[in-house]
Amino acid sequence: MHQVSPEVSMFSAMLGEAWHAMGANRLRTFLTMLGMVIGVGAVVLMMAIGQGAEASVKRSISAMGSHLFVVLSGPPRMGGARTATGNAPSLNVRDANAIGELYGVVGVAPVTMGKGQVVYASNNWNTDIIGTTAEYMDIRGWGLSAGYPFSASDTRSATRVALLGRTVVQNLFGEDEDVDPIGKKIRINQRPFVVLGVLDSKGQTLDGRDQDDTIIVPLTTAQRKLFGNQLPGTVRQIMVQAESDNVMSMVEEALNSLLNQRHNIREGADSDFSVRNLTAIANSAAETARTMSLLLGAIASVSLLVGGIGIMNIMLVSVTERTREIGIRMAIGARETDILMQFLLEAIMISIVGCLIGIVIGVTGAVLVSVFTQAEVIISSASVLIAFSVAASIGVFFGFYPARKAARLNPIEALRYQ
Amino acid sequence: MARVGRECSKRMQKSVIEVHHLYKAYQTAAGDFPVLKDVNLQVLAGDYVAIMGPSGSGKSTFMNILGCLDMPTAGSYVLDGYAVATMAADQVAKVRNQTIGFVFQGFNLLARASLLDNVALPLVYAGVSKEERHARARVLLEKVGLSKHMHSHPNQISGGQQQRVAIARALVNQPRLILADEPTGNLDSTTSEEIMAIFDSLNQEGITIVLVTHETDIAEHAKRQVRFLDGKIVQDTGSASSVAGSEYV
Repeated sequence: MHQVSPEVSMFSAMLGEAWHAMGANRLRTFLTMLGMVIGVGAVVLMMAIGQGAEASVKRSISAMGSHLFVVLSGPPRMGGARTATGNAPSLNVRDANAIGELYGVVGVAPVTMGKGQVVYASNNWNTDIIGTTAEYMDIRGWGLSAGYPFSASDTRSATRVALLGRTVVQNLFGEDEDVDPIGKKIRINQRPFVVLGVLDSKGQTLDGRDQDDTIIVPLTTAQRKLFGNQLPGTVRQIMVQAESDNVMSMVEEALNSLLNQRHNIREGADSDFSVRNLTAIANSAAETARTMSLLLGAIASVSLLVGGIGIMNIMLVSVTERTREIGIRMAIGARETDILMQFLLEAIMISIVGCLIGIVIGVTGAVLVSVFTQAEVIISSASVLIAFSVAASIGVFFGFYPARKAARLNPIEALRYQ
Repeated sequence: MARVGRECSKRMQKSVIEVHHLYKAYQTAAGDFPVLKDVNLQVLAGDYVAIMGPSGSGKSTFMNILGCLDMPTAGSYVLDGYAVATMAADQVAKVRNQTIGFVFQGFNLLARASLLDNVALPLVYAGVSKEERHARARVLLEKVGLSKHMHSHPNQISGGQQQRVAIARALVNQPRLILADEPTGNLDSTTSEEIMAIFDSLNQEGITIVLVTHETDIAEHAKRQVRFLDGKIVQDTGSASSVAGSEYV
């Protein structure tokens, strides 16, 4: 016969008894467990939704490019009334070139933009046209899924070439992509262009704008051939990429003083441009998402706490009901620790079984949410593990007081209890 | 644990219970209420003692102290050579588990557990493996004639049968001493006789038995009758020395 240590056989016997006790009053055990089930389910579900939101914000940020500034022209003064930023073309390509010389700046792309009507065969589409230089693609971290980007020489000679976003391709060439758009002739605002490449899909911006609904053409082409020519060489905005997060504030200062100087703006006077730190805006959006995710988790944790209190409540009832049983057990040799362990095991078992059911429900809920709302959810093993260990500790924490109450009973009084 | 009374045991037959000048008082709002006043008793190994007396005479309190469920206010209690007052709580639990077997008036079986598990329960706290627990419990259920019912539950059998199960449970850890508190109090006279027959045969096997009873015909099964009145022993048929201090004799 194999030899089992006394502690092990005692413990396994107690586990069996705890399991038995759980089955003795099934409805009550189930209702007690329900608190844990709902608590853990809520934590798992909320964390899945929160982490999903966080991840989608992060992806939008990396889609935008990193360490970015955008310098917008305007706001110009017209007799005291200010109009919207970007209205007056106060920035030009020479400003962009000068910015490129600044320390800490690794990329500059002057951008002009407008709306354009695009036609291919019998299809037409209205979309945003971005006129910029080849560098723009690097700064935005935007690649091509097919074809080639345009080059510096295309910008110099204002060739009529275009890079199409995914949405534009789908609307001009059909959803099923049986026509290869590369090399095809399209018309933008009546003028013929050759499709040079198709842009990678970027998805939506944080505010839900479709970044793929766009066409990129060389800056000079846009200036001279698409949007007329108010002031030669002017641009609506300049995108600036800094080397790293550390130099962001330095670059911002340098941008302001450089442009003030170039635009002859006296100190204290209103400038005709504005510098926006896109990364800071994006980071604050990410921070918001993270806070929301934490908040959701915290609210869900409250239900875990309530579940724990439910366990404590029912364990106290159970100790009172089984006072006589406790007396009998003490009379035949149970130590205080044995009684304590027995009730503690019961509480832990209820919370762990409840927790397992809660995890199943939470994961199922998260999958349903993602199926029905298309929202991104992330079920991480970490969140499941956290929920599980918190539930187990709740079992110990809220089970301890009733168990100790049982262990401290006076055996004679317990035996007399009716 | 101090080994006490070694010299006594050398000279005479070994004593299982030695109680000297035992006092017990309960604290009430009106002050201390004495229940036991200077009780002295020696029970030798193999003895069969019936404790009698009216309600409130202190015999139940005395039994609780003998069973290590309660502690005396003053005086000494030496059980099987060990002074109970010097033991830690866990050691007392071990004594209850292994030295003493309890039989109660109300049987005190666990309603949820099968007869087999009820009998095997003390072995859980002794740390015995499941196979051995069940094997030993089966042997004892057979001994009390209930092996057919071992998977039944207490509410499915009669009172007499329940008391047999309780006796089997008391015996499962091979105790030196059986303490029975009115073991036939809830049973009819025929069944009582059956239960007492079991105690008689256990005593013949050499187990020391102390039982509390109201009924003289039950008490006559024992070799020795000890009568309590008003917290004192007033009559002891077995030993003259243990009642030496009593003025009622």
